[in-house]
Amino acid sequence: MIENVDLSVVDWSRAQFALTAIYHWLFVPLTLGLSFILAIMETIYVRTGNEEWKRITRFWMTLFGINFAIGVATGIILEFEFGTNWSNYSWFVGDIFGAPLAVEGILAFFLESTFVAVMFFGWNKVSKKFHLVSTWLVAIGANLSALWILVANGWMQNPVGMTFNPEAARNEMVSFWAVLFNQVAVDKFLHTISSGFLLASMFVLSISCWFLLKKREALLAKRSILVAGIFGLLSSLMVAYTGDESARTIAKVQPVKFGAMEALYEGKDNAGLIAIGLLKDSDNSIGKTKEKEFIFKIEIPGLLSVLTGGNRDAYVPGIRDHVLGNQEKEILSVMEKREKGIFARNVLTDYQRADLFKDKEQVANIKEVFRSKEFNDEYFRYFGYATINSPEEVIPNVPIAFYSFHLMVILGFSFIMLFALSIHLLFKGTIEKNRWFLWIAFFALPLPYVASELGWILVEMGRQPWIIQDLMTVTKGVSNITSGSVITTFILFAVLFTVLLVSEISIMVKQIKIGPKH
Amino acid sequence: MKRILSLLNRVFLFYYEGFRSMSQWGRRVWLIILIKLFIMFAILKIFFFTDFLDKKYDSDKEKSEYVREQLIN
Repeated sequence: MIENVDLSVVDWSRAQFALTAIYHWLFVPLTLGLSFILAIMETIYVRTGNEEWKRITRFWMTLFGINFAIGVATGIILEFEFGTNWSNYSWFVGDIFGAPLAVEGILAFFLESTFVAVMFFGWNKVSKKFHLVSTWLVAIGANLSALWILVANGWMQNPVGMTFNPEAARNEMVSFWAVLFNQVAVDKFLHTISSGFLLASMFVLSISCWFLLKKREALLAKRSILVAGIFGLLSSLMVAYTGDESARTIAKVQPVKFGAMEALYEGKDNAGLIAIGLLKDSDNSIGKTKEKEFIFKIEIPGLLSVLTGGNRDAYVPGIRDHVLGNQEKEILSVMEKREKGIFARNVLTDYQRADLFKDKEQVANIKEVFRSKEFNDEYFRYFGYATINSPEEVIPNVPIAFYSFHLMVILGFSFIMLFALSIHLLFKGTIEKNRWFLWIAFFALPLPYVASELGWILVEMGRQPWIIQDLMTVTKGVSNITSGSVITTFILFAVLFTVLLVSEISIMVKQIKIGPKH
Repeated sequence: MKRILSLLNRVFLFYYEGFRSMSQWGRRVWLIILIKLFIMFAILKIFFFTDFLDKKYDSDKEKSEYVREQLIN
């Protein structure tokens, strides 16, 4: 029961996970994107035989190496936290998490780490072509690593391809392909890697612009801008496309999160898309939770209906529809889902009793029930609702979801313009003269990091109160430990990761100032 | 067998020479990696991140019963 859980453990465990994930994510996207930029640059070198391209590749490879080395294994801490702070959750997810992470460890990480050595140590020791293949394999391996993690995360947002085994009290994978091709996982993978490509392109563009501002390394800077500008523009367009796809999927599988992203409380036809808006508390409430309303907004009429339903007349349900229910639109209320969740929980209680009294026939019957499609579709999918006490508990923090989503989108569109402008100025031959552009591009360096972190904040905060959508709340997933131990490790992590980040930045800045070897 | 040994020798020399001729930034980064891994696996994992269920229960059956209890109550 929620009352039996020390809520400060939940809050500190969440804060610790957020801290670790946010820091971890400062290292990862640059690896994802810069590895491909290196592969492209080295391909040009191998095809043209121009030594300048080799020098350019090696310079960016140095920065890649620093980021890769300092960021490596920071994600393992998240796995430590699963076993210690989130033991109920870890057990409940069963092999759904274990399988993708094992594949990652065996296949992708092995591929990546093996060929990284060739990438760094292999210049002039292996053939040009073998070196190039190694660089491409590092890029592919790094991105494959991301795939498996995102498949696991996608399952948490939209649990599919499994059945619950009451005997083991854990979920068991019944379809690897359903888990792998889960729509959320596919969208998430494409959106995440393309945002990594974008971030790395901005990294290369910003540092190249700094060289031009300092009137140094003009050839390296311009050639790097050529690659980063084109790769960045294509990536940012892909980010926009995959982001749109992701939002559509969220509207289907996590509709309350979608409502929070748009701060849409009342469902409507011809719903407009909010481009920019400012929220305040409204006089209306859902239970004890105050609704939000706009102080100011710029809205594109009908666009939300078109994007989610295909036409302007499509009805877009709001938060109220999903919390309080809408019979006309056949949307169940939270309390109706709760009834179904309680039914599923009672079946599990019956199993517990049958197991206790060694009633083998009943145990076998109930196991069969948990395997049946009807029970899963009608009841077990709402299992987590059994622990929801009041409907408003399923509403995430609307301002956090709304602002993180909209700021991310605004930044995303500004990146498209920035990359397009960089290519335009480069081909026009005036990029060095437009110092205003060089300064803007230089100071834009942290913005993709901000956008990328906002994306994760939306994903994880927008899913609350669920740790696994509709199946388990964060309160149910947490271990029965003391908050003191979590606070201690929270502080340790904050110190460790800050030291790592400062080290990375200082080593990188030093290498950038030194510049490429002549 | 001789070919395998020769291959292993070449792989060893590849890494050995790579590490020996490493730049200053490379050495510094490796030092950071080693310190980081030591802190993570020799301190944090052992003293602060013992697996909650492993610590409490010996068998999977006991762990299942505990989690089932948590799910029901």
